[in-house]
Amino acid sequence: MGTVPPSSAGLIRAAARIGAEIAAVVAADVDARARFPHEALEALRNEGLLAAFVPVRFGGAGCTVADLSAMCIELGRHCSSSALVFAMHQIQVACLVDAVGAPYFDELLREIAASGRLFASATTEAGVGGDVRSSICAVERDGTSFRLHKHATVISYGAYADDVLVTARREVDAAPSDQVLVHVRREDWSLSAIAGEWDTLGMRGTCSVGFDLQATGTVDQILPDPFQEISARTMLPVTHITWASVWLGIAEHAVRTARTFVRSTARKQPGTLPPAARRLAVLVGRLDRVRALVESCVREFDGLHATSPSAVSMAFTIRMNNLKLCVSTDVMEIVQSSLEICGLAGYRNDTEFSLGRQLRDAQSAPLMVHNDRILEHNAALLCVLKD
Amino acid sequence: MNNRVGLVRAVLADHGKLHGSAATISATASLYSAGLTSHASVNVMLALEDTFDIEFPERLLTRATFETIDNLLAALDSVLGAEA
Repeated sequence: MGTVPPSSAGLIRAAARIGAEIAAVVAADVDARARFPHEALEALRNEGLLAAFVPVRFGGAGCTVADLSAMCIELGRHCSSSALVFAMHQIQVACLVDAVGAPYFDELLREIAASGRLFASATTEAGVGGDVRSSICAVERDGTSFRLHKHATVISYGAYADDVLVTARREVDAAPSDQVLVHVRREDWSLSAIAGEWDTLGMRGTCSVGFDLQATGTVDQILPDPFQEISARTMLPVTHITWASVWLGIAEHAVRTARTFVRSTARKQPGTLPPAARRLAVLVGRLDRVRALVESCVREFDGLHATSPSAVSMAFTIRMNNLKLCVSTDVMEIVQSSLEICGLAGYRNDTEFSLGRQLRDAQSAPLMVHNDRILEHNAALLCVLKD
Repeated sequence: MNNRVGLVRAVLADHGKLHGSAATISATASLYSAGLTSHASVNVMLALEDTFDIEFPERLLTRATFETIDNLLAALDSVLGAEA
């Protein structure tokens, strides 16, 4: 990384290049061995992309969520796991940027800009039934220091991260919903894997196993605002937008593959429309609708953050939830349709039209923060929201 | 204790799932710190709408409205007018 922060346009081009030249090359191996995409993440770190969202005054590139979305799409076209790890990292950085003004976090952002630390997240916990807005573990304070012990059912790429943001109850006698977000560093934690191997249908490079996390630190490592607020105004919308962008990248790859296939078929019999061409025409329209939805949510988020980040309304939350619900199911269906267009060439694992990995990766979308849970949340909000 | 605050405390007792007692919590204490979840706050809102036969406009459907009993009373005042 140079002394002058790279431009956001330059970083988007770098994401596209890293995706095509590095992530794409190792994607099959990452998938086959369910191993962490080291090569892509090292390249993203070396080219300053891990600090993309760090504000310029702290030495970062000062990217918007629109820029992050573009990077996630570029990476998602080539390696879903690399793209998702990148997205999850950026969600954590966005939470840190949310805490700007607290001296500890200002300094931490400078560190990220200087060295590109990789952040993971520990929000899930054994015993809370998948509800990230509820914690059992607590920050055990002792003067200016704290201890924390969390039975985390998932810390994606936890074994490879430099830092983790952990949700916990504010103090030992706080209510389960009275949560804070705590920054812990690799040098201050001990992690032991609890949930065996990460052997899944797709997204096999995220290495999302569970860990028993024991950490120490000082109380200034606790983000000042309640987690409920950070979640509503930053973590939830940035998660839905960056994940949807990764899925859009997967869908774009699938449709591009189907287009290449149909064009090659059309060239063989000029004058005769290939049987799959109509199906493709429908699919391209569908992809455009997904892209428009992602872009509209990105604009709304960046607009809100530029003006009044605290003015998160119920309607905004519902729209961000709907982004997740829509794109997560659309990506599965778009990859499925692309596969049907490519036929056996797409079904085989050894052709330029193979879509097996993308089909498997896309299946994770409705399950990562289960759509049933999000739909239930939206349904409850709609009981009180007026037009 | 006047009528409106009594009804608010009753609704919180039935739907707030607070850790302490809804009857005694300070009117300026954070209900979120007392265990109010976003899910429970939706139920509190629905019950208040039923109790007072009102609809909260969207501008009041914010986290701040449900932060304290005083904030809830202010929200009710803005919909119903100040209590006589």
